[in-house]
Amino acid sequence: MKQNFIPIWFFIGSLLTFYGALVLASGIYGLFVPPSHPVAMSGLHIGIWWGAGMLVLGLVYILRFRPNRKG
Amino acid sequence: MMLATWLLQETSTRLALGPVDLTIVVIYFALVLGLGFYLKKFTHTGEEFFMAGREMTAWIAGLSFISANLGSLEMMGYAAATYQYGILVAHAYWIAAIPAILFLSLVMLPFYYICKTHSVPGYLKLRYGEGARSLSAVSFAVMTILMSGINMYSMAIIMKVILGWDIHFSIWVSSLTVALYVTAGGLLSAIFNEVLQFFLIWIGCGVIPVVGLIETGGWAGMVHRIQTNFPGQDFIHMWRTTGSFAGNPMGVHWTGIVFGWGLAISFGYWTTDFLVVQRVMAAKDLRSAQLGTIIGGFFKMMVPLIVILPGLLALAVLPFHLVPESQAGLPGVHTYNEALPLMLARYCGPGLLGLGVTALVAGFMSGMAGNVTAFTTVWTYDIYKPLLRKNAPDSHYVAMGRWCSLLGVFVSIGTAYLVMNFSSIIVYAQVIFVFFIVPMFGTVILGMLWKRTTPAAGFWGLLAGILTSFGLWAWVKLDPNALRHVAFSQYAKDMAENVYRAMWSLIANVVVTVVVSLFTKPKPEHELKGLVYGLTDLVPEGHFSFFRRPIVWAAAVALAFVALNIWFW
Repeated sequence: MKQNFIPIWFFIGSLLTFYGALVLASGIYGLFVPPSHPVAMSGLHIGIWWGAGMLVLGLVYILRFRPNRKG
Repeated sequence: MMLATWLLQETSTRLALGPVDLTIVVIYFALVLGLGFYLKKFTHTGEEFFMAGREMTAWIAGLSFISANLGSLEMMGYAAATYQYGILVAHAYWIAAIPAILFLSLVMLPFYYICKTHSVPGYLKLRYGEGARSLSAVSFAVMTILMSGINMYSMAIIMKVILGWDIHFSIWVSSLTVALYVTAGGLLSAIFNEVLQFFLIWIGCGVIPVVGLIETGGWAGMVHRIQTNFPGQDFIHMWRTTGSFAGNPMGVHWTGIVFGWGLAISFGYWTTDFLVVQRVMAAKDLRSAQLGTIIGGFFKMMVPLIVILPGLLALAVLPFHLVPESQAGLPGVHTYNEALPLMLARYCGPGLLGLGVTALVAGFMSGMAGNVTAFTTVWTYDIYKPLLRKNAPDSHYVAMGRWCSLLGVFVSIGTAYLVMNFSSIIVYAQVIFVFFIVPMFGTVILGMLWKRTTPAAGFWGLLAGILTSFGLWAWVKLDPNALRHVAFSQYAKDMAENVYRAMWSLIANVVVTVVVSLFTKPKPEHELKGLVYGLTDLVPEGHFSFFRRPIVWAAAVALAFVALNIWFW
C-alpha cells in the first residue's frame, strides 16, 4: 500500500478541536443562562474546563500532524 | 424477567439532547462515513482490504487492539456488573487481561507474525490441517455474527432508554453506517474508527470519575458512602473476600478467578480471538505488533477508571438502589444496566451529554465493525477460499470481502433480536464466548509449544472443548442443581458459572489433545518450521536499544499490574 493518507491523528485533532469549541461555548452559555434542570455539581462548570482542555489538545494534534508538514 | 422487557419500559433515565448534543452526534456519523469513503481508495488488494496493508504503527495497532475490545459490552455491561458485584469486576481488566496480553505479545505473536497467516484459523490450517481450521473458522464466524448482534442490540437499548429513539431506527441507522464504512475501507477503515473511538470514549466518559470523585470527596469519601448505602456488603476489595464462595457478591472463589477467568477465559480471548489479534497482525513489523499489544495492555489496565469507577460511584451517589432486570417492570425503578446512562445524566450538561452519548455510540459501532471485519476475513480466507472457490484472482476475494461485510451486517441485525434471555448483557457474551473461544486457546498454545501435537489431536481437542462447554451449559439449564458440580457452589452467579465452565472446557480440550497426540502420528519437523517453538527462528531483541525492546515495556506493565492488585487487595 505505502500510501500517503492523512494521518489519523490529524482527524482526531480536528474532531477534538470542533467538539472542544462546542462544549466550551455551551459551558460559557450556561454561565449566563443557567439551565432549568442543572446537573449535579453544576457549580464546577465542568463543561468550560473540559471543552477548553479538548480544544487545546485538538489544536496541538492539528499542528503536530497537519498534512504536508515537513519533518 | 427478560432483558427485552426492560427495553419496553418507560424510564426516567431518558436524556434530553439539546441542539449542541445532537450536532456532536451528527458530526460523528458524518466523520466516520467520510473516513470510510476517503480510505476506500487505499484498499484495492486483498492484503490492503483484509489486513490494512500490514502497515500500522505500534500506536495505531495498539489503540485499535484495545478499542476493538472496548465496545458496548465493556461500557454498559461492566458498569452494570460493578454495581452488582463491586470492584471484583475489575478482575476482568487486570488478571483476566494483562497476563494474557503480555503472553500474546512476547510468546505467541512471533509465531502468528512469522508464518504470515491472515487469521488465527489460518494458523490452525498451517499447524494442524483443514479439519481444525474449518471447525475453528465456522465456530468463530458464528460467534462474531452473534456478538455483532449483541453490540447492535445494546446500542438500540441505549438509544431507546436514554434518547427515546425508536429501537428499529437505531438499529438500522447504526448498521447502515457501519456497513458503508467497513464495506468501503475494510480493516483500515475499522482501525481508523477504532482509534477515533478510543479518544471519544475517554473524553466522553472521563467526566464521570472526575466529577464523581469531587462530589464524594475522593476515594475515601466514596467508600464511606458505599458502606453507608450498603451496610455489611464488601464492594471495594478485589481478593480479600474471595476465600469463600459466599463471602463476596459474585459467589466466586479465588481459584475460579485465577484459573477460570485469569487463565481459561482471558488467554482464550486475548490470544486467539481473531477480532483483537487481527489488529496487531496488521502492524508494519513484529516489533510494532509486540509494542502495540503492550500499549493496548497498558490502556486496558486504565479502563476501570471510566467503567468500574462509574459503577462504584453509582453505588455511592445514586439516591435509590438499582435492581436486576427481573424487577424492571416495577414503576420508578432503574436496573443495573442503566448505571452508566444514569451517571452520564447526573453529571453531563449540554455539550458534555452529547459527547458522552457519542462515546457510547462510537463504542457500539466500533464493536460491531470489529466483529464484521474479523468475520469477513475468516469467511473469505478460511471458509470461502479453501472450501468453495480456491483459485480465484485477488480482486474476486476483495469483492467477496466487500459483499460479505454487507451480508455480515444484515445477518447481525437478525441476531440482534435473539439477545433476550439473560440477566445481564455481559453474561450472554461470555456464554457464547466460552463455547467457542476458550477451547481454541488450548489447541493453539499446544500447537505452538509442543511439536508432538498431531493434526488429529488439534481437531478432536477443539471439538471436545466446545462440546464440554455446551454440555455443561445445557446441564445447568436443565437441572439448576448441577451448578454445585459445575461451579463448586450453589451460590455461584451467572458470571461465576461462566468462569468455571471455561476452566472445564479448557481442561477437556488439553486432556483430549494430549491423549490423542500420544496415539496418532505427528507432522514431520520440516513442516513445522515457523509454527512451533524450538523449530522456529525467533528474532532476537538484542539489537534494539534498551527502551525500544518490547520485553522492557512488558515488564513495566507487569509491575504496574502487580501493584494495582496489591493496592486494591
